[in-house]
Amino acid sequence: MKLPIYMDNQATTPCDPRVVDAMVPYLADHFGNASSRNHAFGWTAEEAVESAREQIAELIGASAKEIVFTSGATESDNMALKGAFEFYAKKGNHIITAPTEHKAIIDTARYLERQGAEVTWLPVNEDGTISPDELRKAIRPDTVVVSLMHGNNEIGTINPIGEFGAICREAGVLFHTDAAQTVGKVPIDVNEMKIDLLSMSGHKMYGPKGIGALYVRRKNPRVRISPQLHGGGHERGMRSGTLPVHQIVGLGKAAELCRLELPEEMKRTKALRDRLLEKVAAGVPEILINGHEQHHLPGNVNISFTFVEGESLLMALRDVAVSSGSACTSASLEPSYVLRSIGLDDENAHSSIRFGVGRFNTEAEVDYVADLVIRSVAKLRAMSPLWEMHQDGIDLKSIEWAGH
Amino acid sequence: MAYSDEVVDHYENPRNVGTLDKNDTAVGTGLVGAPACGDVMRLQIKVTDDGRIEDARFKTYGCGSAIASSSLVTEWVKGRTIDEALAIKNRDIADHLALPPVKIHCSVLAEDAIRAAISDYKTKKGLD
Repeated sequence: MKLPIYMDNQATTPCDPRVVDAMVPYLADHFGNASSRNHAFGWTAEEAVESAREQIAELIGASAKEIVFTSGATESDNMALKGAFEFYAKKGNHIITAPTEHKAIIDTARYLERQGAEVTWLPVNEDGTISPDELRKAIRPDTVVVSLMHGNNEIGTINPIGEFGAICREAGVLFHTDAAQTVGKVPIDVNEMKIDLLSMSGHKMYGPKGIGALYVRRKNPRVRISPQLHGGGHERGMRSGTLPVHQIVGLGKAAELCRLELPEEMKRTKALRDRLLEKVAAGVPEILINGHEQHHLPGNVNISFTFVEGESLLMALRDVAVSSGSACTSASLEPSYVLRSIGLDDENAHSSIRFGVGRFNTEAEVDYVADLVIRSVAKLRAMSPLWEMHQDGIDLKSIEWAGH
Repeated sequence: MAYSDEVVDHYENPRNVGTLDKNDTAVGTGLVGAPACGDVMRLQIKVTDDGRIEDARFKTYGCGSAIASSSLVTEWVKGRTIDEALAIKNRDIADHLALPPVKIHCSVLAEDAIRAAISDYKTKKGLD
């Protein structure tokens, strides 16, 4: 087994070697500009782009014309929200979203608030789900767009976006979903789920970084968005900028592999994730599992190791790449806002570790990680005054701590 | 962020982890920090009749820098008089461990722990 072990597949995924192989010719031999309509270099590039568009569309049940290439999910999120808000300004200024969204949605929504939008932040259940009823209640005649993510990047909770889509469609409101964590991991069908706008990202699905897409529905209803990047009118005017052909080819290949291997891969990553959780739970008492018990990303589990601080645990797991919701690992010194939003205490947010099993992890790696976690938590708890007090039956909430 | 060799050493081989009898009148206990902030240190000192710290123990909930700061402090206070221990400043701890700016609060907490433990000892002895 090779160290270090990468088990942080919600942060990014390695590019599949088959994807890399597909991309390389488009960096060297086929370097043409896909917009060059008058020579073979351009035609070759355009063909590659259009074939990738098909591959991506097929993965989510869309048609190729509905795929707009972007630099990644952050841009897609910005484009969907700002673009819809601007285009449908006459209809209203109300946006609905949730506090557990990715920052690309949260910060865009806050930006739009400063531009005159009214934003409703839906309440979040303890398991990270949003209740369809809460969404239904929040929709108003002036609601322009609803943006609710499919799979959460920290706790892995998968939301019932098909229900959200149906509610929005019935109310005549656009439904956008940030599906960066779920495209290629779990089945998605934009028609069945009544999705109008969908963000996806190459590097979360074993493709390259710097490329993503926004699905924009063309029929029933036809969705319009104001462009956010102006220029040469690429992507049917929605997103100008020379197409990065090699990146697009990579995203296309990644999408094709995901589509072909999804059923098997979903089972396999879920089994590895379950194995990890079972082993850890058997070896470490008093853990909390953050997120939804059943509806979660196949490879994700987020665990709070109570009375142990997350960064110190990451230090013990230095041969293993995982991440923590602890403030100490963030630039802001604030614990994870997602964990706070689901009602977790700050101390348990500090104690959280996110494990993200992916395509290239093995059973042996899972066993190694579980064993290391068990030993490390035991060592750190032996060093933790909070664990000792807890063992002595002292209620930590009864103590007046001096915050700093 | 990379940790300094000193921090890694104290984290991997922490000195003087443990618990002293907090009801012993020769023992002073300092508990500082807050779970919600992500670090809690407990420093205990055992003081001889002539005011010298003969033993020190710690337990810390916190990041590697917090653990290293408290481990280092137990080494430094041992053998010192109370007044000498009070002279330890967070700057000394931060410099010794090469803590980055974002981790300076760990050294501040360690200094607070020394003060809290000594204050507890003095209260017990009626020295305040």
